[in-house]
Amino acid sequence: MILIKLQHVASRFKNVFIFRDHIKSIMKFLFLLYKLGRLIQRTFEQIAALLNTCKVGIAGAGGLGSNCAVALSRIGIGELVIADFDVVNAGNLNRQYFFRDQIGKKKVFALRDNIQRINPDCQVFAHDLKICEEHVFPLFSGCDVIVEAFDAADQKKMLVEACITRLPNIPLVCGSGLAGYGSNNSITTQQWGNIYICGDQNNEVSETLPPMAPRVGIVANMQANQVVEILLQNK
Amino acid sequence: MIITLNNTQTEFDCEKLSIADIIELKSFTFKMLVVKLNAKLILKEDFSNTFVTDGDNVMILHLISGG
Repeated sequence: MILIKLQHVASRFKNVFIFRDHIKSIMKFLFLLYKLGRLIQRTFEQIAALLNTCKVGIAGAGGLGSNCAVALSRIGIGELVIADFDVVNAGNLNRQYFFRDQIGKKKVFALRDNIQRINPDCQVFAHDLKICEEHVFPLFSGCDVIVEAFDAADQKKMLVEACITRLPNIPLVCGSGLAGYGSNNSITTQQWGNIYICGDQNNEVSETLPPMAPRVGIVANMQANQVVEILLQNK
Repeated sequence: MIITLNNTQTEFDCEKLSIADIIELKSFTFKMLVVKLNAKLILKEDFSNTFVTDGDNVMILHLISGG
């Protein structure tokens, strides 16, 4: 008799546990719906207010870096950490976000000036330096996302490797394959964990395959778009 | 042996397989490769002495100049 009673109690407990699992999955579903609803319903002002709390690191201020930084500043990113060692030259103006009267200026400072003219609320930390492996942690450890915007493949590799070993938890958005013109639809974004690669992954810059504003701009803005998606997915 | 190579389940007909073997078998001809085995970065000098086992997750990405 006692045994039967005990079994009865046990089965009731089991029911409670099953019930709890149900509640959990229902709650999860409701939370997802809530998130989805919020995503659809956000106004630009609400998006900008969320982005205003974010900090993005940009390694390089050339074709990818300057265009990506400008796109992010326009939509209200709070802080940008930008590092580059180069100087604006006439050949850069076919794709980089600089002006003729800025030739000879350091790219990071010229870019900071341009961003200030577009959105003075975006705080730019401009670092005039050639990024080495040991700079990666001190420069970018406080960032929510890092953008790889170098020109040379060996520099890109250095940054990706440094991020994998030193900052494995910060999402990294790279650009790779953007030379020439045309072939819109060969440009994609591929993802490996929290590493994203935007580009056609094929067209290397050369004398006859130069980097030019339209295609470089597509990849730079794709990187910016990926950054926004990463930043907003958990908000 | 079945491993996940660049997000895709890939089967190899051999028992011992190094990162260098994968690069050769799959014809990754680009110079600037970044290799991650599970969560660990594998440097170029270790490609031939790093071996994968069944179920490993291997990322081999290549980077191209331009920016």
